[in-house]
Amino acid sequence: MKPMTKKLLAAFCGASMLAIGAAASVQAAKTLVYCSEGSPEGFNPAFYTAGTTFDASSRQIFNKLVEFKRGTTEIAPALAEKWSVSDDGLEYTFYLRKGVKFHTTKEFAPSRDFNADDVVFSFKRQLVKDHPFHKVSSPSYEYFEAMSMPDLLKDIVKVDDYTVKFMLNRPEAPMIANLAMDFASIFSSEYADKMMAAGTPEVIDQKPVGTGPFQLVDYKKDAAIRFMAHPDYWAGKAAIDNLIFAITPDASVRYQKLKANECQVMPYPNPADLKAMAADPDINLLEQEGLNVGYLAYNTMVAPFDNPKVRKALNMAINKEAILDAVFQGAGKVAKNPIPPTIWSYNDAVTDDPYDPEAAKKMLAAEGVTGLKMKVWAMPVQRPYNPNARRMAELIQADFAKIGVDTEIVSYEWGEYLKRSKDKDRDGAVLLGWTGDNGDPDNFLAVLLGCDAVGGSNRANFCYKPFEDLIQKAKVVSDPAERTKLYQDAQVVFKEQAPWATIAHSVVFKPVRKEVVDFKIDPFGGHIFYGVDLK
Amino acid sequence: MFSFILKKIAVILPTFLGVTLIAFTFIRLLPGDPVLLMAGERGMSEERHAALMAEFGFDRPILVQYGSYLKDLFGGDFGTSIITKKPVFEEFMALFPATVELSLCAIFLAVFIGLPAGMIAAVKRGSAFDHVVMTGALTGYSMPIFWWGLLLIIMFSGILGWTPVSGRISLLYFFDSVTGFMLIDSLLSGEKGAFTSALSHLILPSIVLGTIPLAVIARQTRSAMLEVLGEDYVRTARAKGLSPKRVIGLHALRNAMIPVITVIGLQVGVLFAGAILTETIFSWPGIGKWMVDSISRRDYPSVQGGLILIAMIVMIVNLIVDLLYGLINPRIRHTE
Repeated sequence: MKPMTKKLLAAFCGASMLAIGAAASVQAAKTLVYCSEGSPEGFNPAFYTAGTTFDASSRQIFNKLVEFKRGTTEIAPALAEKWSVSDDGLEYTFYLRKGVKFHTTKEFAPSRDFNADDVVFSFKRQLVKDHPFHKVSSPSYEYFEAMSMPDLLKDIVKVDDYTVKFMLNRPEAPMIANLAMDFASIFSSEYADKMMAAGTPEVIDQKPVGTGPFQLVDYKKDAAIRFMAHPDYWAGKAAIDNLIFAITPDASVRYQKLKANECQVMPYPNPADLKAMAADPDINLLEQEGLNVGYLAYNTMVAPFDNPKVRKALNMAINKEAILDAVFQGAGKVAKNPIPPTIWSYNDAVTDDPYDPEAAKKMLAAEGVTGLKMKVWAMPVQRPYNPNARRMAELIQADFAKIGVDTEIVSYEWGEYLKRSKDKDRDGAVLLGWTGDNGDPDNFLAVLLGCDAVGGSNRANFCYKPFEDLIQKAKVVSDPAERTKLYQDAQVVFKEQAPWATIAHSVVFKPVRKEVVDFKIDPFGGHIFYGVDLK
Repeated sequence: MFSFILKKIAVILPTFLGVTLIAFTFIRLLPGDPVLLMAGERGMSEERHAALMAEFGFDRPILVQYGSYLKDLFGGDFGTSIITKKPVFEEFMALFPATVELSLCAIFLAVFIGLPAGMIAAVKRGSAFDHVVMTGALTGYSMPIFWWGLLLIIMFSGILGWTPVSGRISLLYFFDSVTGFMLIDSLLSGEKGAFTSALSHLILPSIVLGTIPLAVIARQTRSAMLEVLGEDYVRTARAKGLSPKRVIGLHALRNAMIPVITVIGLQVGVLFAGAILTETIFSWPGIGKWMVDSISRRDYPSVQGGLILIAMIVMIVNLIVDLLYGLINPRIRHTE
């Protein structure tokens, strides 16, 4: 190597070592860096459905009337201290917390505490089509629509400064759980008024002001999001002073950053890295079953799949353990029910269909089904409930071949896949899945298997009266014990009817550095940093 | 020279119109639409889908959409992202300096190493150095960027700890962006260690992004030099007794530079394409990653606006390259 080249190399290496040293010396008091997987689409959670967006907005900046207890699907009071429900289930009255402060930012200094006006504003903006803010920034409130809020909510009324009443068109037992979802984040109506008066109403969606534990300091797209602890947070200031999201799209790079202590928490590790992570003395590999289910939905409207015995026989031909090994690489658990075990009312007494190709073959023959040809649809995208649908479809194809069923695998672009798979006369069984929104069994059983959802999110087109009666009754009953019983019975009926082959629930892994104290995996897949500390 | 420039600009205008048509059509040819993708597994009713498509103006006849898009474009309006609800031009300009900074460093590295390597390889044709350079160039050219990037990160950041893993600067530095170029902004910030941090973050991504252009430039320089070295005028120069340095440096290199400059100009487009992968690996907040995200979300205005802006930049670079030809070889501007 010539002296000049040596000098250049030394200069490059020197520069990088210096930078690392200098950065270490500027180490701030308590700064937690989270290697997030992508940029948020925006900062108003009501417009979007992606977890990445919720992590950067509703889960740090905002509060809701009620919230899920960290790490659970249990509901706890938040901006509402308590609530009551009328006997007919049509009126929900919320008693609001006093002394809750909004963030003070460059754009806005609040003159008053949080009150009923903010609640009414946040919901009416989404509900009332001619509300002055309804079309500001975006005309679509996806989750509000998906949870049928426009049909459900009759009105939201301010009773006094600290009491709000929600009037419903029909009783809806999961209503409280719905209000803990991200779209129900509470905005400041005072901030909205000020921005509207200034002629820049869209600013409330870009420079968010909430009551949450962290406030937004700076956002550089695809680079970093900076938050600071809200000094006057109603539940007490967060233990960490600064929270930084280092946007790092590649999972292998996130892992390298975690190892180098450039960040302390990372989401979505590569399954191939899990072994090394578990063995790393600097890393705690947290683990929890995900709030999701991956399934194969038969079209129960088309022969011979309208026969439950045929569906059952096909289910018995699928070797789920082999799928878990090959597709989930250990990061999954066999699913026997349409809801995951982390949801209340999960019926563990249900027994799964055994893997028995011989018996399955006989069952098909007994039903007079021979030489069956069918299609299996494989999703073109990766999802936690199905990391590799193509591979899964190939394994199912091989399993079905063993019982004499000839299977063709088909796939479409994701948008097309979602659209075409809804057709009532669809040819074939569809691989798909679902991640829970609010921890309520209704969010799985009614959304995915209810009669109303046929031709929509009910890909099995399953409409079976005994099942429908149970889930409809559970929707209007408010006694938790009674609801639990109804949903457990519904799961038994589901298993008998077998509209799906329930395949797997994913297991979520979360590698965090040993310095991180009390980080809890959120069953909804979120990342919540209030309550987390650093050693 | 003036008429030469005018002729070149006259070619640019129809190219620009062609690009608008391609940008507008191609993204719409992809199956799926932005509203469907927005709803995901949750889906939405036909009526709501139609209402949202109308809200975004995607239900109008395609020619009407193209016409209004062209009208906005010539009025300087590149549209508004349907996902982030921000003007496309604003989003592009916030991210573009990062891509330019990285691309400049990569092309600098490629020219700085590739040009002399190719030259020496040509002069010492058949030597061990020639073989090493050509084998290295072939390897570099065939290297999968993703694999190469990860390999360097694991080696230099993970095992040796010499360079940071990813990003543009250590997150512990926080200052306002003035120019968007981190090297300049870090100097302007006056924060101790900020510049070295920004520089150290550039090393690995520049190497990864510069590898393919480096290989191409080295090979092109070598073959151009070999061709020129066999020309009569070089033999004449040698016969006249000029020193080898003068023959190679002045007579041969200047003529060999024409195809090399073409290649360097073409590499600008390649750099933008390569930047997509490099930016993803190194969490580099540039336009490559932004374009990929916009395509996968079918964010029509962002894809259209981004493509137009990138095409405009590539066209401007190519114009500069054409003008450089004219400067290097006056025969080009006279014959055209």
